[in-house]
Amino acid sequence: MAALYEGYTLCGLAPAQNQSNSGVLGVEAERDSDHVVVTDSTRSVTLYKVSDQKPLSSWTVKQGQTLTCSAVYNPQTKEYVAVSDGKVIRIWKQEHLLLDQAFKATVSADVWRVHCVAGGEPVVLFKRGAVRLLDALLSAPQQPIEEVLAQEESIRWSTNIVTESQQFAIFTTEQKGDHFLYLQRLNPNTLQRYRLEREEPGLSPLSFSASYRDKHIRLLYLYPNGHVYQSVVSERGLVTDEGGQAFPLPRSLLLSLPVGEGLLEAASAQALDEAHIAVVGVPHPSAGSGKDFLCIWNTNFQTLQAGKEIAGKIYGQLWSFWNKLFIPHGKTLSVIPYECPKSSLASALGKMRQVKTEGELEQICSTATTFDTAPVEEVQREVDLLLSRTDIQDLQPSLGQLASTLVSRTLQDPAFYTPSSLAQLVHTRCLCHSVCPDLVLLALERKDYFLCQLCLQFFPDIPEAITCACLKAFISLEPDGVSFMETLIARERGPDGLLNGFSPTSAAEYRSDGLGGGGTRAQQDEEMTSPPPEQICPVGLHKAVLLNEVLQTAYSDSFLLPHLKDLSSQQVVLFLQYLQFLYLKYSQDAFPQTHGLRSPSLSQILDWVCVLLDAHFTVLVMTPEAKGLLVNLHSFVKSQVRLVSELGKIEGSLQELNKMTAKKDVGQYSIEIIELF
Amino acid sequence: MGEFKVHRVRFFDYMPAAIRAMAFNRRTERLALARADGALEIFNFADNYFQEKVIPGQDGRAVEALCWVGRRLFSAGLNGEITEYDLENLRPRYTVEAYGGPIWTISAVAYSLSGCVPCQVGCEDGTVKMFEVLEDRIQFQRNLDRQKGRIISLCWHPSASLIAAGMMDMIRIFDVETGKGVGASKSKEVVVWSIAFLSDHTIISGDSAGKVQIWDGLTGTLARTHLVTKWDVLALSDESSLVAGTSEGTVVQFQFLSSTLDGQNKDWVRTRTFKNHSHDVRALVHTETAVVSGGMDTQLVVRPLLDKVEKNTQESAMRKMAFPHRSLVCCAKKAGLLLFQFPDHLELWRLGESDGHGNPGDSLPVKRKPEKLIQLKRKGEDHICCSALSPCGGWLAYSTVTSFRLYRLQNNTISITKVSKLPKDLRSAHQLCFSTDSSRLFASSINSSVVVVALNQPECKYLHTLKPKSGEQQPTTASVSLSVRLQLHCTVPVYGSCPTAIAIHPTSSNLVVVHADQQIFEYSLVQKEYTEWSRRLQKQGLHSLWLERDTPITHVTFNPKHPAHIILHDMFMFCVIDQSLPLPEAKTRLFNQMILRSLPEPMRILHRHAFKMCKTFQNLMCVRLLEDHSLVVVERPLLDIMSQLPAPVRQKRFAT
Repeated sequence: MAALYEGYTLCGLAPAQNQSNSGVLGVEAERDSDHVVVTDSTRSVTLYKVSDQKPLSSWTVKQGQTLTCSAVYNPQTKEYVAVSDGKVIRIWKQEHLLLDQAFKATVSADVWRVHCVAGGEPVVLFKRGAVRLLDALLSAPQQPIEEVLAQEESIRWSTNIVTESQQFAIFTTEQKGDHFLYLQRLNPNTLQRYRLEREEPGLSPLSFSASYRDKHIRLLYLYPNGHVYQSVVSERGLVTDEGGQAFPLPRSLLLSLPVGEGLLEAASAQALDEAHIAVVGVPHPSAGSGKDFLCIWNTNFQTLQAGKEIAGKIYGQLWSFWNKLFIPHGKTLSVIPYECPKSSLASALGKMRQVKTEGELEQICSTATTFDTAPVEEVQREVDLLLSRTDIQDLQPSLGQLASTLVSRTLQDPAFYTPSSLAQLVHTRCLCHSVCPDLVLLALERKDYFLCQLCLQFFPDIPEAITCACLKAFISLEPDGVSFMETLIARERGPDGLLNGFSPTSAAEYRSDGLGGGGTRAQQDEEMTSPPPEQICPVGLHKAVLLNEVLQTAYSDSFLLPHLKDLSSQQVVLFLQYLQFLYLKYSQDAFPQTHGLRSPSLSQILDWVCVLLDAHFTVLVMTPEAKGLLVNLHSFVKSQVRLVSELGKIEGSLQELNKMTAKKDVGQYSIEIIELF
Repeated sequence: MGEFKVHRVRFFDYMPAAIRAMAFNRRTERLALARADGALEIFNFADNYFQEKVIPGQDGRAVEALCWVGRRLFSAGLNGEITEYDLENLRPRYTVEAYGGPIWTISAVAYSLSGCVPCQVGCEDGTVKMFEVLEDRIQFQRNLDRQKGRIISLCWHPSASLIAAGMMDMIRIFDVETGKGVGASKSKEVVVWSIAFLSDHTIISGDSAGKVQIWDGLTGTLARTHLVTKWDVLALSDESSLVAGTSEGTVVQFQFLSSTLDGQNKDWVRTRTFKNHSHDVRALVHTETAVVSGGMDTQLVVRPLLDKVEKNTQESAMRKMAFPHRSLVCCAKKAGLLLFQFPDHLELWRLGESDGHGNPGDSLPVKRKPEKLIQLKRKGEDHICCSALSPCGGWLAYSTVTSFRLYRLQNNTISITKVSKLPKDLRSAHQLCFSTDSSRLFASSINSSVVVVALNQPECKYLHTLKPKSGEQQPTTASVSLSVRLQLHCTVPVYGSCPTAIAIHPTSSNLVVVHADQQIFEYSLVQKEYTEWSRRLQKQGLHSLWLERDTPITHVTFNPKHPAHIILHDMFMFCVIDQSLPLPEAKTRLFNQMILRSLPEPMRILHRHAFKMCKTFQNLMCVRLLEDHSLVVVERPLLDIMSQLPAPVRQKRFAT
């Protein structure tokens, strides 16, 4: 569940006299997560180290000049770019102490804003809608700037998005109550214009926020009536705009926020991730009509995840960088760290406990940062430390976060893998598949079957596709794969040995197939006792244990069936043989409870046989080697059916017997025949 | 062995009366028991708890308390009279009016130095009256201080100088010499139902508030209270153990125990709770080894205390006595009639009929239903003590303590005629028996004599009186043999245990006697010695399971078709003893009918033994073999008796 943590003040503000303006022109990210550039609405630009709440440098324009656009940082050149008095572009580096000594260039039209994000070039957006890359502009500062916008049309908001292939300048305009979205692609330059659907008459969007995800640009905008809409525009775009005609922009209502009395005035909504938005200036639903709240909403579940009262006037400004929200309020600019873990239904419903103190959170946060960079040993040590805590259940969401951090790092870094830490995390039973969806596949990829087993055992929500992937991997397990796993197990066993389902005796006893290398002794034993052929387990013990784990996972037939079809016929035959072996074992003796193995129940086995036959029946019928198996199964089922019908007959007779004894209840007088021997 | 057609009869509505009072004679080990209808029963605890004697009740006699003085038995009741009983002739000897209204309690000192034994009664009018027990009567001595309110319970101090009386709301101690009250303890609005006075002057009372209270008799102060239930009855055993019966049917034991190892600081501690009754426990006796209890549910329960008896012996088994140890059913073998004896009337039934045959285990369709032919009400106040029906079904006789009646029956027309002229000697009888050919009637009469009369239509004629030789063992109340010569033929050797059933074989003239200790003897009246079979049986010994049965054999008869067969029954089984088969050895399975049934015919011969016991029928009142070789089995399920009992005063329910 998303959380807002205790905020702190970054700097004081000098709001305008009428208090309508916060005095902050903009906050922009700097080199890393701990640095921001704050531009105030008068003359100065200040570089802050956020965690120290301390300014590192400050630059001011001369008296009489004003900054008309917030300064941005260009990480490629490590330069700052700002605009003063509308037309003067200033570029400087951190070592420049005085702004006047830095580079400046005057352009021919008024600049609306300069944007720069990591991975992209600085982009200059002019007030009349023209867009230029900064370098191109500076090569000829006095070049003519065309007018894109119509008369009486003016920019309300703009941003800049860099995707894998393209850079976009995005801005919205207003013209006589109509709002338009402009999507300007750079290199090659194309422009698309969309018309926003009208909300109630007279209502204009209070704030915009744009994000890029899954090849789509998502625009989020908030109206004064509390409606938050999302519009999605494909990155590739439609046909280029020919006649300046605006396309209607489809929208979907994401949230309908409570507005209390009247309309919202100064409010802002900011997308935090795919499911969460931060909203400031909107009333807390359970705290009356006061609008001075910062809230995080989950848009998937429409639930309020966290809320915080903000002291002082709120100006409707909100920035978020690096899991920190920057809010000017009253006479301060505050930094409020937040956390939006992957939302799950449980957390959305508030079923997960969230009792944490600041210290713990910081520990976890620091652990998470450690995971990003630290070597394997240190990660292991950190996890040990964390798991030695007694209140481990309370840290459930954070553990999920940690695990997914570990998984994502492992995915990125092929050399990095911490099997024991992951196993420990899974063992806490605080994780589930939806919290770190890549874990099982990662374990499969790294051939960490022990971890797979643990996941299958402890995750209640493994999708059928993943189950099938596991099944497939387990069936086609090669001997070396098993031995790799064995080494892992040997390392991991410790006190959890029994839980894994392995115990040394049973391991020796059940190694009966050629796959498990070194199963010869057991094989000899079996030959000596010469059991009936169908009693020999078709797979080795370790494989059997893994398959048993698969058999015990939850699934639903219709979802499992399509994935089961991916199995090859050899795999199906082997699996069926194993299932048949299990079934015969079950119907013959008290096998299931021996050795403390986690064993599937009889009905689970039968269900799997059924679903496997469903999925592969035609293939099996065509496969010559499956014929014997099918015939065996058939005869066995036939005998079972006969047995059941015989049992039915016996039941009938016994019921008859019951009736006879009931009839025995004699009345006042009867004449009976008895016989003495 | 063969098949039997069995008339399974359940329409005998025998209903025992509630147990009202009990008294135990430690010296003779006899328990006297009084029932609500005034009947008295004497049980011999030394002889397998056999019910030796029954004195029939009387209308209007309500025995409230019983008391042994030596071998003499006294009772007192709400009719205000004290009665002494003639235990030989099984009738009240005399009755003395106490002139104090209803008597609630009677108590006698356990021993007396003076030889003249005082006996006391507690009366409704608040007086404690002292009587002197003389040789042949009791004589009023004096009244103790008269109190307000009735005297409910009395108990002598072992020194015989003090007596404690439980009253309404009060316990009072009297000095016997002066007759003055010496102390009193008061409590509020309770009836002190029972009281015990110990030698250390501790008084223990049980009251209607459900408390068992321990008082200091010297100071009159309450030492301890145990809240047990609603109402209690108390009985005191020795000085260290005490039992209290409750209206919930439980019996609670208290023991005088030390809480520490050194035996100091003894205290009365509640130790055991027994639940053997469904209704109020009205009478309790604490013997050396057992708690004997009885009450509204009519059953007498002997519950051995396991710390006093050897475990896992017959002695340690609990006994419930539900039925009388004698037969209340008489069967006319030839006519297929049944005579049921109730205290105040007789019922004559004709058995039903069925045609056709069936396989073992089948019930045959009843072609003709059983029919109640006659219901004969007795005359007078006294309850019927015995009755008989002649084998031909033509004669019916019954007797009370004071009168004897004989009737002539015509079965075809269902007419009954009283035989008016009876011999003078036939005034009353304890036992009645017709000869096989219905020509003679034998009646055991007073002073252990047997009167023989000949039955000729339309009158009966006195023939003879058989009198015991002086000093001879008294005949018991068991059934009289079927044919008796008119002069003493021989005397059967005396055996230590009381015979419970005897019969003479019609052809071989062997007398079969079954005793209360379950022993079986066969005595040849021709050779005047025990038969070969009987000797063999005694030599080998009876099977342990046979000896462990806890109800006596109440009837012995023979099968005319198979002279070697003896048919006998107790309450839970009937048994055909085939004298031609080997006796069961100790390791043989005694109850082997089920096994034999499952075996093929040739195998059965190997496993057979003489005792063929059938437990198909339970709670048996009577098993007889009719002349047509069919059996009559009269069952009286205990559940039926239970269902006719009044609702319990108070019943323990779960979670209440």
